[in-house]
Amino acid sequence: MELRSNEPTGPIENRWDKHKEANKLVAPANRRKYTVIVVGSGLAGGAAAASLGEMGYNVKCFCYQDSPRRAHSIAAQGGINAAKNYQNDGDSIYRLFYDTVKGGDFRSRESNVYRLAELSVQIIDQAVAQGVPFAREYGGLLGNRSFGGAQVSRTFYARGQTGQQLLLGAYQALSRQIEAGTVEMFSRTEMLDVIIHDGRARGIVTRCMKSGKVSPHIADMVVLCTGGYGNVFYLSTNAKGCNCTAVWRAHRHGAAFANPCYTQIHPTCIPQAGTYQSKLTLMSESLRNDGRVWVPRRKEDVTKRPEDIPEAERYYYLEERYPAFGNLVPRDVASRNALYVTNDGLGVGPEVDGERRGVYLDFGDAIGRLGEQTIRERYGNLFDMYERITGDSPYKTPMRIYPATHYTMGGLWVDYNLQTTIPGLFAGGEANFSDHGANRLGASALMQGLADGYFVLPFTVGNYLGEVRTLPPLTEDHADVIGAVEAVEERVQKLMNAPDPKHAPEYFHRKLGRIIWTKCGMSRNKEGLEEALREIPKLRDQFWREVKITGSGEELNQTLERAGRVADFFELGELMCLDALKREESCGGHFREEYEENGEALRDDERFSYVAAWEWTGNPGEPRLNQEPLTFEYVKPTKRSYK
Amino acid sequence: MSEELLNLTLHVWRQDGPNASGRFETYQAKEITTHMSFLEMLDVVNEELIENGKLPIAFDHDCREGICGTCGMVINGVAHGPQKLTTTCQLHMRQFNNGDEIWLEPWRASGFPVLKDLVVDRTALDRIIQAGGYISIRTGSAPEANEMPIAKAIADHAMDAAECIGCGACVAACPNASASLFTAAKISHLSLLPQGQAERQDRARQMVAQMDAEGFGGCTNHGECEEACPKGVSLRWIARMNRELVRSMVKADTPIESRKR
Repeated sequence: MELRSNEPTGPIENRWDKHKEANKLVAPANRRKYTVIVVGSGLAGGAAAASLGEMGYNVKCFCYQDSPRRAHSIAAQGGINAAKNYQNDGDSIYRLFYDTVKGGDFRSRESNVYRLAELSVQIIDQAVAQGVPFAREYGGLLGNRSFGGAQVSRTFYARGQTGQQLLLGAYQALSRQIEAGTVEMFSRTEMLDVIIHDGRARGIVTRCMKSGKVSPHIADMVVLCTGGYGNVFYLSTNAKGCNCTAVWRAHRHGAAFANPCYTQIHPTCIPQAGTYQSKLTLMSESLRNDGRVWVPRRKEDVTKRPEDIPEAERYYYLEERYPAFGNLVPRDVASRNALYVTNDGLGVGPEVDGERRGVYLDFGDAIGRLGEQTIRERYGNLFDMYERITGDSPYKTPMRIYPATHYTMGGLWVDYNLQTTIPGLFAGGEANFSDHGANRLGASALMQGLADGYFVLPFTVGNYLGEVRTLPPLTEDHADVIGAVEAVEERVQKLMNAPDPKHAPEYFHRKLGRIIWTKCGMSRNKEGLEEALREIPKLRDQFWREVKITGSGEELNQTLERAGRVADFFELGELMCLDALKREESCGGHFREEYEENGEALRDDERFSYVAAWEWTGNPGEPRLNQEPLTFEYVKPTKRSYK
Repeated sequence: MSEELLNLTLHVWRQDGPNASGRFETYQAKEITTHMSFLEMLDVVNEELIENGKLPIAFDHDCREGICGTCGMVINGVAHGPQKLTTTCQLHMRQFNNGDEIWLEPWRASGFPVLKDLVVDRTALDRIIQAGGYISIRTGSAPEANEMPIAKAIADHAMDAAECIGCGACVAACPNASASLFTAAKISHLSLLPQGQAERQDRARQMVAQMDAEGFGGCTNHGECEEACPKGVSLRWIARMNRELVRSMVKADTPIESRKR
């Protein structure tokens, strides 16, 4: 497999313009002759479908939710970065680019990241023009805050619901195109395969989630904006429906999968309360500005009420270990340390599967210093949410928090045009691997989704179509289409008719999640990963033997939907562990216990300064590794240290 | 908070499909901990149903953190259940007592046909937005964001209206099955902002016409919608919608009949 990044050369600030000038266009009158499929309706997919529709392409957009307004982008709380420098604090496109490359621990492609920083300013203009009600100052101009340890205030926000408001902006733009007839929307429709014809992606096979009907949709190209794969862990902050099926089906047809081991764990989530737990809820990172993280010093105290543990018996482990940054150490450092103290038996809260996985986030000092009213103004919504879920009031007793999977930096390998290794198949947003390297900065996910959707894909889609001009006609009676539909139907039948049906899909998903979380989660080692690689195939075999689905495939059947997704998570989970095993270094969200120095991650640029692009070979246990070497012309790799 | 175990009796609306007739069926939910969310309680019941070879209860849900608007059912006659300002997914079992009987029904409104069990079709709400719930701005044509200052109070006010998550509880709670609160929230959000002025009149007229065309009832000021809304969207937006509608009729320079759709 040849990996050509197709990035332009020359001064980095001119590359995107140069690329646009050099590429092909489709004339306005010709655009309606092309059909573009967009799968997913979140920030990337919704924005891309709306923008392509406006330009005059014939767009078909698909989502599994009952409405495109519900994609999981909606749950993003914090904000969106943009290099506007409205605060006059020295921000610039270059600085945002620099911070993103460094934050990604030097595992991303410089050209892509620069473009992202460049486009960030246009996103804010676009969103404001759509009526997104960002926070404003008394003078009427846009407000900003500093987010996730950034040294400038470049984050735009709409209360704690920035993702919701940006998504509704994209959804409304999409709705306008649906009304105008340029976009045909298919909600409650799940993509189950890609149609490949003559070496190019020419359509998808879907299952209508209301009727169970399996149908082909033929197009000139396909864009996947189907989000991340965090639900491979079973418990994550993702929505229950988030899944990897679209990208995994593409991978099985030849799209390389890049850096699957780069997953981000968010340190401040509400801990698991029991084995029945279905998802984890994120509490904004801003809480660490005023909360102090601690656990009891002695194991005997973990079941005591926190207020009964005297100050001297409290272990403020982040403050003690990282005096300079204290409770504000980066996400991965905060997360790993929570793992270590709970591994030492110092975790608090209810026991789940024999372990207490929780640490305190205590606002007692802050309330004493600033008063309850100030704390209420800053975090009132979050405290209310915490109390709704746990029944405890953080004004009276410390919160309990624990890390949870939040975002996946890995995804389909794409070139500078966001094209995968299958011609005609593009990937945008969290579904691709492109911009965050090994670790994503806070408030950058919304930025990337919208940059891809509004500004990159509308251009690169045109470039692809301008280049191929006319594709050979393809109809539903062609063997490639019939074959794809039959393969999907067969798979549905196979899931419905396991030889020895015993357990619901959740049963297997929980077990898989447990393996991945403990062995390929916050902290990984060779032994654990090898163990996981032995356990996953066994569990997968058991799944295909014993999965139990009641009802039929020809109706609304949520158990069947879940089973198909779990089946794909098994294969992706295995690839994640393989990738983590192969990457013998620690970088960003990937921490290998063997490669550290005084608790700090030890990157190995000599051996691992590359994108790992895995190729499907027919056997999930034996993918082929391709490497895209990374070069850094502008930001020279340095070591991250927070001591 | 201390954990207790509950044994509950559930009476659940089961309906095989849009054209089938439905009925209540009774299930026992045993040893449910008070730390569980309401949907996790249903997950437990469903997993047992599947393992016993029965059809699980179909219900909509996704983010499970109260923001996507996917979940929603009528719990003991109340849309989203007994806790104020809380979606079904954020409702926890500590709101219930051991031995409780719980009645579960789908959103009931002619604009929301039942697809299966507790799952309804809410695409009518999408069509109301498609009728004009947007600002027509082409990608790439936006002016510099800070060129147009917007008073903080106005921006905050617009944000209050924009909080709507589109779950449809307002419709389910309304004796007239009116979608006025939903429609009014979007009309208000956009008409408050300077960017939304150009299409202000058409928007109000077209969205209200679409709401009527979808078979939702009119507003007669019961206030049940505001009571049920998990995001606290205020009834006063409906008053604003009505003002916008009248305004569009007296100020419109286009015919009053809604645009052909």
